[in-house]
This record gives sequence, C-alpha cells and structure tokens, in this order.
Amino acid sequence: MSAPAQQRIIFKHIDEPGYTNDIECYLRNGGYEVLKKSVGRKPEELIDEVKKSGLRGRGGAGFPCGVKWGLVDRKSGKPIYLIVNADESEPGTFKDRYIMHQDPHQLIEGTIISCFANNVKQAYIYIRGEMPEGARILEKAIAEARAKNFVGPNILGTGYSCEIYVHRGAGAYICGEETGLIESLEGKRANPRIKPPYFPAVLGLYQCPTIVNNVETLCHVKYIAEHGGEAYSKIGTPGNTGTRIFCVSGHVQRPGYYEFPAGTITMGQLLNDVCGGPLPGRTFKAVIPGGSSAKVLKFGERYKGKRKVGADMVDYDWGVEDVPMDFDSLAMIGSMGGSGGVIVMDDTVNMVEALANINAFYSHESCGQCTPCREGSLWMKKISSRMVHGDARPQDGALLKSVADQIPGRTICAFGEACSWPTQSFIIKFKDEFDAYSEVKKTLPADRRVLV
Amino acid sequence: MNLKPETFQRIDEVITHYPVKRSATLPLLHLIQEDAGYISEEAITWIAAKLELQPINVLEVVTFYPMFRRAPIGRRHIKVCRTLSCALSGGYKTCETFEKEFCTHRGEISPDGEVTVEFVECLASCGTAPVVLIDETLHEKVDVTKAKQLSDQIKAEAKARK
Amino acid sequence: MIQPAKPDLVTVNIDGKEIAVPKGTNVIEAARLVNVDVPHYCYHPKLAVVGNCRMCLIEMGMPAVDPATKAPIMDPATGKQKINWIPRPQIGCGTNVSPGLHVKTTSPMVKDAREGVMEFLLINHPLDCPICDQAGECKLQEQATGYGRGYSRFVEQKNVKPKRTQLGPRVTLDDERCVLCSRCIRFSRDVAGQDVLGFVDRGSYSTLTCHPDKKLDHNYSLNTVDICPVGALTSTDFRFKMRVWFLKQTNSLCTESSVGVNSVVWSREGVIYRITPRRNDEVNDTWMADSGRVLYKQVQSADRLTSDIALDNLTVKAAHVLQAFAGSIAVVGSGRSSVEEQFLTKKLAAALKASVSLVSRTAPGDKLLISADRNPNVRGALVTGLISALPSAQLTSLAADIDSGKVKAIVSIGEDLTAAGLTAAQLAKVAVIYLGTHANTTSAAAKVVIPTVTVFEKAGTFVNQQFRIQKFIQAVPALAGAHNDLAVLAKLIAALGAPAPAAEIGTLWPVIAAEVPALATMLYKNIPETGLLLDSTPWAGLPFVEGETLHFKPAAPAAATV
Repeated sequence: MSAPAQQRIIFKHIDEPGYTNDIECYLRNGGYEVLKKSVGRKPEELIDEVKKSGLRGRGGAGFPCGVKWGLVDRKSGKPIYLIVNADESEPGTFKDRYIMHQDPHQLIEGTIISCFANNVKQAYIYIRGEMPEGARILEKAIAEARAKNFVGPNILGTGYSCEIYVHRGAGAYICGEETGLIESLEGKRANPRIKPPYFPAVLGLYQCPTIVNNVETLCHVKYIAEHGGEAYSKIGTPGNTGTRIFCVSGHVQRPGYYEFPAGTITMGQLLNDVCGGPLPGRTFKAVIPGGSSAKVLKFGERYKGKRKVGADMVDYDWGVEDVPMDFDSLAMIGSMGGSGGVIVMDDTVNMVEALANINAFYSHESCGQCTPCREGSLWMKKISSRMVHGDARPQDGALLKSVADQIPGRTICAFGEACSWPTQSFIIKFKDEFDAYSEVKKTLPADRRVLV
Repeated sequence: MNLKPETFQRIDEVITHYPVKRSATLPLLHLIQEDAGYISEEAITWIAAKLELQPINVLEVVTFYPMFRRAPIGRRHIKVCRTLSCALSGGYKTCETFEKEFCTHRGEISPDGEVTVEFVECLASCGTAPVVLIDETLHEKVDVTKAKQLSDQIKAEAKARK
Repeated sequence: MIQPAKPDLVTVNIDGKEIAVPKGTNVIEAARLVNVDVPHYCYHPKLAVVGNCRMCLIEMGMPAVDPATKAPIMDPATGKQKINWIPRPQIGCGTNVSPGLHVKTTSPMVKDAREGVMEFLLINHPLDCPICDQAGECKLQEQATGYGRGYSRFVEQKNVKPKRTQLGPRVTLDDERCVLCSRCIRFSRDVAGQDVLGFVDRGSYSTLTCHPDKKLDHNYSLNTVDICPVGALTSTDFRFKMRVWFLKQTNSLCTESSVGVNSVVWSREGVIYRITPRRNDEVNDTWMADSGRVLYKQVQSADRLTSDIALDNLTVKAAHVLQAFAGSIAVVGSGRSSVEEQFLTKKLAAALKASVSLVSRTAPGDKLLISADRNPNVRGALVTGLISALPSAQLTSLAADIDSGKVKAIVSIGEDLTAAGLTAAQLAKVAVIYLGTHANTTSAAAKVVIPTVTVFEKAGTFVNQQFRIQKFIQAVPALAGAHNDLAVLAKLIAALGAPAPAAEIGTLWPVIAAEVPALATMLYKNIPETGLLLDSTPWAGLPFVEGETLHFKPAAPAAATV
C-alpha cells in the first residue's frame, strides 16, 4: 500500500514560491484571525480545547500539552512565564528552523494564543545561537506584530498585555532540556535541575511557574484554537493526534521534511514511497526514528506482540518497514517517536563508526553536572574513538554496553537516557559488528566515508 | 571597555528585557563578541560589573558555551557540521577541503589570516547535508565541489577588499 | 523551662526497620538514625541540596492504595500492604520523608547503582593516594572500599587538569582529584557570602577554579578543605606534614572570640598539626574561621615563657613579694581564663583582699563565627562572680590607684598591662607577679614570672556568648618549664597561708558546683559534648558588645538607665 498524502498544516507555506516571512504576507493569508477570535474567548476554554485535542509535545518527549498546562501553579501569585523552546539541536531534526525562518508569524500567533490561555504576561523565545538569521527574523516579526497590536501592551484593545523577547543561546544542546533552558535563560550554566522539587510548572524561571513548549507544538495550538480540540483529535490516530513533521536525512534519495497525520504512515512508506528509497545500488541497514537519542532499528528484525486497536487487543508482527510512525507504536517496539528526526543508514555504513560519531556528540554536549552522564558519556566516546582510530579489542562491544547500562535511570535529566540508548541499542542489534570490528577494520575500504 | 556606541545602546536596551540582570549575561556576551570579535579578559570583568555579578559567574558561562571565543579568529568563520547525518553525507571530506584550500587546520587561523575552520555539532538542517555555517550564512549540500566554490568565493572577496 | 514543640513525626521503613522522624527529614538523615549508612559526596547537612553525585541512589516505594477508594491494597504473599517500588532508583538527599515511605539500601538495584557511580568517579581520578593528604579521611577511598566493584576496566587516557593551583593563600587545589560535587562552591557562596568559586568548561572537562582577580581568600576558606570529600582542596599549611591516621583527635574550643566555636585538635606525640571544626548545631554548625585554626602555632612559638625553677619555689617567692604589699594589691584576671581558673582567681583575690579587674578585648564581629568580644570567657568571670560588671578595654581606675599609691602590687593573669593602658612609669611603680604563657612588656617587668599553659595544654570550660558552658580537653602535654594554671593558682593561694583549694578538674568541680549558684548540681563529666545553656537572667541587663552571628541574636537592649 503506498503512502497517504501529506497533510501540510504547520508546513502549509514552507518553501511556497512567493511566500515571504513578513507580516503583510502572513496577513494576506489569513494571519492573526485566530488570535483575534481567541482573545475574545475565556482562557480556560482554550486550555480545554488543547486538552481535548490530545496534542503531545513535539520537542521530543511527547508529553501531553494539555496536561502540562494543567500542572501550572496558578495560586502562588507569582507571574507565569512561557518559554518557546527554539533550541532545535536534536541531531536529525530540522523542522523548527523552517517555521522560524519562513513562517515566523505562525509561531508568534501560536505563542500569544498560548500565553493568553495561561495568563502569561512575559514570554521568551530561546533560539539556539547557531541560528543568528532566525533570531533577527523573529525580532523583526515581533516588532511587526507589536506595531499592529498583536504583541505587547493592550493586545487588540482587550487590556491583555504580553511581551515576547528573543533570547539567543550559544551552542549547548542541553539548553533544549527544559530546566537546562531555564538555567541558561537565568544567565547561568545550563545545568538541568533536580525534579522534584524544581518542576517548571511550579518552580521554573526565576522560581516562578513556567511553561516550556516546543516551536512546533505552539503552532499546533494555533490550529487547535482555530478548529477546536475535537476536530484536531480526529487527525492522526487515537493517542497520537494531529500531524507530525518527519525530518528524514541520511542515505535516502529525497531527504527532507514531510508532514503527515501521526500514525497514518509506516516507516517503509516514508522511506521508500515518499523519500524514494535507498541510494542507487544500496540497501537500508539501520534507521534511527526519532532523533539520535532514539534507539536504532535494524532492517530485518521483527517486532511481535499484542497492541490495543480500538477496544480490542490485536496481534502485530512487524518488520521495520511496517512500523507506524507514531509515539506509541515506536515506543512499543523499543524505540521512540522523539523529535521526528529520521536518520537512515545504508549498507555502506559501519555501525561502530556511526556510534563513534554519536558518542562524540553526546560527550561534547554533556553539561557535566552528574556523575554517570558526565563520566559515562566521555568514557563511551573514548572507547569508540579508540576502536576506530586505535586498537579495537573483541571485548570492547561488551564493555561499551556495560558502561551504557550504568547510566539510564540514574541521572538528573533525560540526557542520561539520550547518551546511553544509542550505545545500548547499537550493540544489542549489531553485536557481531562490534565483536568483529578489530578484524573487519583491516578489510574496510580505505576511502570509505569518515564518520569520526 | 572599547565598543561602538550602538553596542553600548543595545546592551543597555537588552538588560531591560529581564527582571533579573543576570539573565542578560548571554545577550551581552553575544553583543560584545559581535563587536570586538572575541571575549577578552576585560569584557568578562566589565560584564560582571555591569550586571552586578561576580567575575567567576561570567567566566563560568563564557567557558560553558562553545560559541564564545576567548581569542581572535580569522576574518571568516567556517563552521562545518560533524554530527551523524552530515557525516553520513560527507561532512568530514567537506571540512578537509576547506582546510586544504586555506592551508590550515581546524581551530587555527589560516596563514593568510582569512579563515578559521571548525567542526560544530548538528546545525539542524540535516535534510540538506552536508551543512556549513560561514559567519552567519548557512550553506546547504556543501560537497567537495561546493566547498571549493565557497573557498574561491571567500578568497575573491578577500582580494577585492585589499 | 519551656518544652520544645513536638515536631510532626512521619513513620518510614528503612531496610525493614520502622522509625518515626520529624517531617522534612531527608532519607539520608533518616537512615542515619537507624544506623544505616547511605554513601554520598555532594550532600552536606548544612548546604543546599543539588543531587549531582548520584551516589545516594536508593530504592524507594510507597504503600499501594486503590486510586478510587484510597483503600490499602494488600499483598497476599506477606499479608501486609503491597509496596509499589519505583523502578528507577531515587536520590536520598533530595527526597524528604513521607508517611509510609519504604526504602531499600541493600537491594541489587542499589548495589549496582553504587558500583556504577564509584566506577565512574574513579575512571578519571588520578592514582594519587600515596601522595595525597586526604588519604585516611577520603570519602572516595572509603566508599570505593565499601561500595565499589573493586577492579578497574578503564584502559583509556585519563583527563589531565591543573594539579597544584594556589586557589588562595591557605588552600591548594588539585583539579584532577575533584569529583565536581560543588560543596565548596555552595559553601563559599551561601555560608561565607563570597561567590568566588565556579566550574569552567563543560562535561567531563569541567574544572573548579576561581577568577584570577578574586581568589579564595576570605576568612572561612579552609572550611572548603574540610568539606571537600576528596583531596582536591587541601590546606596549604598542612600539606605533606602528616598522615591523618597517626593523629590523635581531641575536642577543644576556639578562643578567638566569645562564639566558642567547637574544634578538634589533631596532634601526635605532643605536637599539634592542625585544627578543624567540630559539629555543634547550636553554636557553629560544621564551620570555623581560618584565623582560629592557626592559634595552635602559639604552643611552640619562640616567645613562650618557661622556667627551670620548681613551681613550689616560684609560688613561695611570689607569695613573699605579695605579703610585703598586703592591703595594696590588685588582681588583673583574664577573659581568656577558664571557668575553673576564674573560680580560683576569685579565691586568690579574696586571700589577698585585692580588687579584681578584667581587660576587655573588642573588635568588630564578622556576623558569622567571630563575635565582637575577642575574649572567649568573660561570661565565665561573671558566672563565677569574679566580676559583676563588664570589663573595659583600659584599666583606668587601676592606673589611678597606682598613681595615688593605693595599689603597690599587681597579680596579672596573662594580661599585658601596658596594652591595657598602664604607662611604663606606672608599671615601674608596682611589683608585678605575672602568670602567663608568652613574653611581653609586663612579663619582662615582673618581679616573679610563673609560666602557665595554653588552652591546648590543659582542660577546662568556657562560657560562650549564648551563656553555654562548653568543655575543652587537654590535647598535648604541658611545655616543659610551664605549669598548669590551676596548679599554680592553688599553690599560690596555699603559699599565702589560705586553705589550699583543690587543683584538679575532677576534685575542683564539686567545690564549684557548691559555691557558684549558676553551676549548682553540675558535674564536669556530665556536661554534654555540645555544651549546656545556663540561666542568664542574673546578667540580662548588662550591655554585652556582641552583635548577631551564626546561631546568636543579642537580647533586646535593657531599658536605658539615667
């Protein structure tokens, strides 16, 4: 069965010829009409719509947005902040970039609607430092919106005021972690906080209740405000509602971004029908479905079990190509939907070298606060680096796995899982490659692609 | 502290964005680096005084975030992504090409003073890998050929300046 | 006495042992109460919780209840309420007790977590034990032995970091040994109020440092050495001097001010090597000023007074001198004398029918552990009745008495009279008997000098600014040629013809308890390690100089008298 058609809700205007990122173009296309209607509604109504919609965060964790908003402490008397997490740094992910550079007003409208719903008077867009042009575009867009009273004091004459400032990061992936982001916004090292007690919904920015939402998530909120939560919940599949933007990269014919209703497309359809399949003469070997932190899937392996469809428990027996691209299915087969970054590797890739590339990334990005992640990530990097550039021993695969097993569940934040899941999954699924690497290394073509 | 008047103005303005002054540490570091090219010792103590912080507070932040540099670099900053998707598409060869074109190694200032080539982590444009950030412009699908083209362009611009 | 309010108690179960602990206690402290050790590095009872070392990970569970009815769900196997054990381990330091909390510290999950953390801490740790001062009191050594796997699997290159940085005048830093627990940063910023320490760089390359313009030089810098769980921060003074397992620990008190900081004196074969703070949650928590720690150097300083003459001969000679001036004698006691010595000083003054003055010593307090009164035991003098009013800095009335000829002889107990306002001329007019430890102008001018001993060479009690009586124990033997103050005072009193008082702590205390109302029914040996608060109401109206310091707020000033 071939892939369904894309449903471009969030990416409606991305790379559309003639569409520009100024407010005039946005207004011509119906922009800010949803905001005008939303500020006339009760904020609790808007929160209700988001809860009904089943919207799950698009930053990587997939946490239900309505639940997150529901946890905010509204009784403390402290100001409530909203932070737009525009620190897109998960390897393999490249969706927020397009929204911010080409359709920034969609983000701003979604942000203000979300702020209005949550009685937020001050929002910050934390954009990664490596997107300086994006920061300028956003600042210009905010100024345009302010000039038309969509942002700032007394929005559209309602008496509700909300200011947005752009805040640039400076090259730290850990600023994508919500409490790391908050620490960075406070002007400190981006060390994530221990939870409990520092849940952002209660003790966030400046110890005030704070909502941290991904760029794409806030754009979905705008759609939900326009069409209603129930209509949104009918898109996609139960538990995985709405559309997802898949960012496909690596060894496919047509890498790029593709927006589909969640769960309505399988991995095989995405990679073969939509992205044109493997490069000429090659076969798919492995795919990471949700950003490099997700566990890798090996082509050829099978996933069997029972899953809930409607009210029934139904058997499933899937190959990689059959897995539906939604949070729950991917979690069920031992990986995750994550940020939607799909990285494809074909048979020219040596998995030891690919892992060495990933381990180097994580050891570089570890904030260094807690022992297992700090020491473990660098140790794994040193082992995989030594295997590739120095002596690889037959026991190194098992050693790597054993080190990786000592990290998840024992750290302050999810970076512990993020840095160890790749190693764990690569070695479980490609164990032979790791064990044989010291011999295989001598036979690999000398001019093969360098990965580390 | 020797900065352009506009920089001082923007510094004073950005501090007003936050209820707590310390939050302006990153914006001030960006503004000063854009103006002076790097973060000097003087800048660190100046920012600390300006934001009513201790010098160690600023030093901690400067060294945590790789985008801040403590010493001058070449006129043009070539940042090549090394993370998985770009590496799978040839990012390492791209970097090597730039290094060869300017007779330099990563992290150094090239002999003609024109470029510094560096690896950076995922730039979030994996669909158009390999990706290179030259100063503030993102260049996509930079294979060896395009890398050479970009290098020629940089050299031409350098010549035109002289 | 008002009974303290009963704290809310919460019942928890630790390794099968039930215990009720006050609400707000964290799991590490709760475990301590049932003698269960939860290993940790970054946690410190007096610092903010950061939860970054991950060594205190333990298994926790809550009793299962039906979410709808809240009825307990029972476990058919045990007949008791089912416990929902959390699949991930939790940090003990960051978890406060809640009713019914169950904790396992010996399960396979916990053992595995501890072995993992220990292994991670050791992979980049240098093999410095043979040359590291911390050996013998190193948390890494102890916990690796107790909870580590016992062998290394690390064959890569260890991180290299700066190894011998002078972080400040008294603290040396070895960054390779640092486990990044951040205790020193939290202490310096939150307790000492000097935000000078921080981490630079990132990940496993994170390095503790200070900014070159602002070193770790405040007067509490050595506390970071105490709390550093490894040999990263070490005392420059103590560096390479002695292995700690050779040292004897003796409980003592800091004499720097009336705070009465509790201390530990570390000595070997009669030589003191260092002083560290002793925990007292009512006085000094776990802290001590740097300036108090160096006071042990006075024991062996070059200007120590000694004498070859037998003590009996010295006291008889002194008595002869004094008897020649009977009726015109003044006694200058000291706020640095112990309670017992002040008690005997009072008896001496009675035997001599002499007036008594004390010399005050004030300087601004630092609002932390140094008070404005730089005498440790002025209140001892009040309690024993040696004085009834606060001393002044200058002995003006005594000077007047000398000039008028009323006073012709002075017994000075360790006080330099010229520093207290007497001129050289006035000093020349009187016959001085000097009891003291170090040479000064007065001892040089004295007719008889009887060398006595420092606080480290004797035992006794001081009463601090809180009116808390605290004990100090003798750490090292008296210097040869110097004599115990109580022995000196007792013999002097006897040589003057008065009844000889007891001269040992044990035999003297029943006398003190009998004669000093505030200390009635007290026994020296029964005074607790953390001291005992006395009833201060008899002296409530006095204008004490101390301001607020840690654990001390001065009483509201008495109504002004005309």
